[in-house]
Amino acid sequence: MKAIRSQTRTELALSSRQGEQLLVSLGIPLLILVFFSSIDLLPTGTEEPIDFLAPGVLALAVMSTAMVSLGIGTGFERTYGVLKRLGASPLGRGRWVMSKIATVLVIEVIQWVVLISASMLLGWSPPLSGWVCAIAGALLGTAAFSGLGLLMAGTLPGLATLAAANGLYLILLLTGGMIIPLSELPAPLAAVAKLLPAAPLAEIIIGSLTVGGSVASWAWVSLTCWAVIAPLAAALLFRWE
Amino acid sequence: MSVIAEQLSIQYGQTVAVDQVSFEAQAGQITVLLGPNGAGKTSTIEHLEGYRAASSGSSSVLGLDPITDHRKLTKQVGIMLQQGGIPTAIRPRELLQQYAGFFPDSLDPEDLLARVGLTDRSKTPYRRLSGGEQQRLSLALALIGKPKVVFLDEPTAGVDLEGRDLIRSLLLALRQEGVCVLITTHDLAETERLADKVIIIDHGKVIAQGSPSELMSATSSDHLLFGATPNLDCAALSAAVGSQASETSHGEYRVEAPPSPALVAAVTSWLAAQNIQLTDLRAERQRLDDVFRRLTDSSDSTGSTDA
Repeated sequence: MKAIRSQTRTELALSSRQGEQLLVSLGIPLLILVFFSSIDLLPTGTEEPIDFLAPGVLALAVMSTAMVSLGIGTGFERTYGVLKRLGASPLGRGRWVMSKIATVLVIEVIQWVVLISASMLLGWSPPLSGWVCAIAGALLGTAAFSGLGLLMAGTLPGLATLAAANGLYLILLLTGGMIIPLSELPAPLAAVAKLLPAAPLAEIIIGSLTVGGSVASWAWVSLTCWAVIAPLAAALLFRWE
Repeated sequence: MSVIAEQLSIQYGQTVAVDQVSFEAQAGQITVLLGPNGAGKTSTIEHLEGYRAASSGSSSVLGLDPITDHRKLTKQVGIMLQQGGIPTAIRPRELLQQYAGFFPDSLDPEDLLARVGLTDRSKTPYRRLSGGEQQRLSLALALIGKPKVVFLDEPTAGVDLEGRDLIRSLLLALRQEGVCVLITTHDLAETERLADKVIIIDHGKVIAQGSPSELMSATSSDHLLFGATPNLDCAALSAAVGSQASETSHGEYRVEAPPSPALVAAVTSWLAAQNIQLTDLRAERQRLDDVFRRLTDSSDSTGSTDA
C-alpha cells in the first residue's frame, strides 16, 4: 500500500506540472462547455444546449484523461527508460498498474467536480437517478480508453504515441456523439461510430443524465467489449523498453 | 560470493554480445568490468540486473537467479542505468522520496541528498541538472534501498573532476560497509584508483582478470622502459649497457633485458654522464594502460581511454 501511495503521489505531482495535460483534461472540456452553451451553434437537439453538452463533456473528460494523458505520459516514460528503471525497483508491475489506475481515477474525479459545478452554474439540472448508470459507464469507459492509451504507449515510440493519441482524440471528439449528436452524422458514419468506444460512452452518460432519457442497449454491449478487449490487448502487447 | 557468472553467454539474434563470461564479485569489494565501448559490459550487467536473459551459462546474485528471482532481488540490489530512467520533470527530493516509498527500510532522502551534494538542487527539475548532477542523483537512487549489491553502469561518465571525487568516496564508503559493488567503465584511471578486482572484457570475452597489481605484473618483465629527451644515441646506449636499446616513440625508450638493479644503474649512469634528464622509469610493474592496450589491441579493437 505504501508503494502504491508513493507512486501515485509522484504520478499526480508530475501530471499537475504538465501544461498540455491540464489543457487537454480541463481546458478543452471547459471551453467547449462555456462557449457552446452560451452560443447555440451546435445542433444539440435539446432545448437548452447545456442539457446535452454537460453530460457530453463529462464523457469527453474520461476519454481525454484515460486515453490521451495516460497514453502520452506512459509513452514518454517508456521512451526515457523510466519504466525500465521502475522495473528494477520493488514496486512491481501489478502495483505500477494500480498506481496508474488510481492516478487516472483521481484526475477524473477532479475533472467531474469542476465540470459538474461549472455546468450547474450554467443552469444544468440532471436527474439524480441517472448518476449510478453514468458512473458505471464512466468506469467502463475508463477501462476501455486506458487500455487504448496503454496499448499505444506500449507499442509505439513516444512521439508516435503523442501524435496517435491526439489524432484519435480529435476524431472521436467529432464522431463520438459527445458534442455533436450521432443523429446529426451521416448514417454510415454513425453506424461505424457506434462500434468505437467514444459513442457508447457518450450514449450512456448523456442518456442517464438527461431528464426522461434512456440508454440504448447497444451502448452497454459495445463499451463492455472495449473495456475487456483494450486492456487485454495492452497487457499482451505492451513492451517495457 | 555475492555475484557469480559462469560461462555466461548473451545473444541478440545472431549477434553474440557476451561469450562464455565467467567471474565472481564479492561483498566489501569494488569489482570493475573494464572494456572498450561495445565490449559486452552493459549486456552483462543488465543480465545480472534481471533485464536480459542469458542464452547459455548460469549466474547468481546473492544466491538467487537474477531472472527468475528478480522480484526478490529488487529489495536487495541497487542499480544505475547507463542513461535515462528518470522523468525529466521530477525534482531530486521528489524522486528519492518516491523510491524510498518502495522499500520497507530505506535511507533518509534528505541525508542521501546531502551525501551526493544535491541538497541545494533538491527542487530543480531533472532536465535542468548538469550531466554530473544527473549522474549523482542516479547513484543516490541506486543506494536509497540500502542494497547489499549495487550494479553501476558507467557511473562517472560525463562527470566533472569534483563529481568524480565525490562518487569515488561514496563507492569506497560502500565497500567499507560491506556492499558488493560491480561497476562498468572504459576509464582506466578510474579503474586503477578504485578497483579491488578488474575483469577486462573485449568482444564479449573475458581476456584477463585479477587485482590491479596482479594484472600489472602478470607478465614477468623482460625489459626496461624509460622516458628521456628525444633522439638519444641508442647505439651508444646499447653498447654502454650491453643490451639492445631502442626509441619506441618520441622520448620513450626500451631496453631489451630483465630490469635488474645492475641494468637500471647502467642506464642511469649513462644518462648521468651526459647530463640527460630522466622523465620516468618503469621496470617490472606495467601500468594498467599498458596491459589494457596490449590485451585489447591484440584482439583488434580500439580501447578509448578518456581519463
